[in-house]
Amino acid sequence: MTDDRVFFLPRGIRMRWDSVRQTQVLLGPERALMLDEIGHAVMAEVDGAASVAVIASRLAKKFEAPAEVILPDVAEFLDGLLAKRLLEVRS
Amino acid sequence: MTIPPPIAMLAELTHRCPLACAYCSNPLELLVAKTELGTDIWTRVFREAAALGILQVHLSGGEPASRRDLEQLTAAASEAGLYTNLITSGIGLTRARLEALMAAGLDHVQLSLQGTTAKVADFIGGYKGGFDRKMAVAADIDALGIPLTLNAVMHRTNIADLPATFDMALTLNARRIEVACVQFQGWALKNRSALQPTRDQVETAKRVVAEATERLRGRLVIDFVPPDYYADYPKACMGGWGSTGLNVAPDGRVLPCHAAETIPHLTFPNVLDTGLAEIWNDSQAFNAFRGTAWLPDACRSCSRVTRDFGGCRCQAMALAGDPFAMDPVCKHSPHRAKVDALLAEDAPDGWTYRRMAAARP
Repeated sequence: MTDDRVFFLPRGIRMRWDSVRQTQVLLGPERALMLDEIGHAVMAEVDGAASVAVIASRLAKKFEAPAEVILPDVAEFLDGLLAKRLLEVRS
Repeated sequence: MTIPPPIAMLAELTHRCPLACAYCSNPLELLVAKTELGTDIWTRVFREAAALGILQVHLSGGEPASRRDLEQLTAAASEAGLYTNLITSGIGLTRARLEALMAAGLDHVQLSLQGTTAKVADFIGGYKGGFDRKMAVAADIDALGIPLTLNAVMHRTNIADLPATFDMALTLNARRIEVACVQFQGWALKNRSALQPTRDQVETAKRVVAEATERLRGRLVIDFVPPDYYADYPKACMGGWGSTGLNVAPDGRVLPCHAAETIPHLTFPNVLDTGLAEIWNDSQAFNAFRGTAWLPDACRSCSRVTRDFGGCRCQAMALAGDPFAMDPVCKHSPHRAKVDALLAEDAPDGWTYRRMAAARP
């Protein structure tokens, strides 16, 4: 199983460090999503170039876990943001 | 007890507005231009807001484009680190102003939609030519690639146009649409019976929204605010009093919600003499209905209390005459009969437009 889709942050969506709450936040229209450590690790790899499969393999190395286990979780997380239009995709 | 910081600020830059919508949510007494905060004060308030933990600012009004310094205010909010959202009718914006707002760091525009045709929209807004002007602004927003949300306020006169409203959102390349049934606060309360949709209209609207949400998933985000008079349980107004957001009125008074002025025992601090953090954490107005300890026993022992926090305080004030009462919309409220009686009233043919008194020299 592979996933060649490339996700990117569209205009109007920003990720930034919230120094008051000490957490990363994803900001969009009427949305402020506090990201946990895993969420941020995934989002930090979303650069408009790496495919979902590539992101999963990078995270597999980083967290020392099998890529095939990580891939569906990464895809599900990104698809959730896609449905909210906090991310967009090109394939 | 530590109070979590607010997430959003509604910056009501002005009450001036070229439109005259019968459902205006601003208070009955509008503030005139000379009482408005200046650019320098707003700049300070935006910095205080960011330091307090506010992430987003909604630049609103009235019509915020009525402020000549809107570009400077947007730049100030953006420089403070806030996500900037402009809530506008579009009237007063031009291609050049939009470009300047983009350069100032504007993140997003929320454009109001009174109707999907000039005839309906101009009738509802009470402003001839407004619809054509708005469509021109929407085309400029799209051409400049500024992320767009449409805010369609629905009521008896236009709720049947919901399918056309979704089509329009797609045509204008909006990413998101808010379908907000009129909330009866401020001026809207004056015109309640003329604006109130029928139960059949609401049921149809719910089906149309559900179908569109499914069909347009990933293309258009749909947020639906149904009219709460027909609900069995109240809305979680403001996500709980003093929990997520605050409003700064044009003259600098800070309110826990849009309609809080209708509650007589509250006093509202002003950014002119009090810091935003002190207002949020320590003021009487923000602490008046925080948490759930002040609620009636029936609410505190209810399993929904962590979901709706006893509902809307201003609605309890308006309908039950008591801001501490259970929201009268709740089916367990002793005042529910008042809501049902209002729903049973016949709708009049017309409404009263909102117009500011002409300025005297």
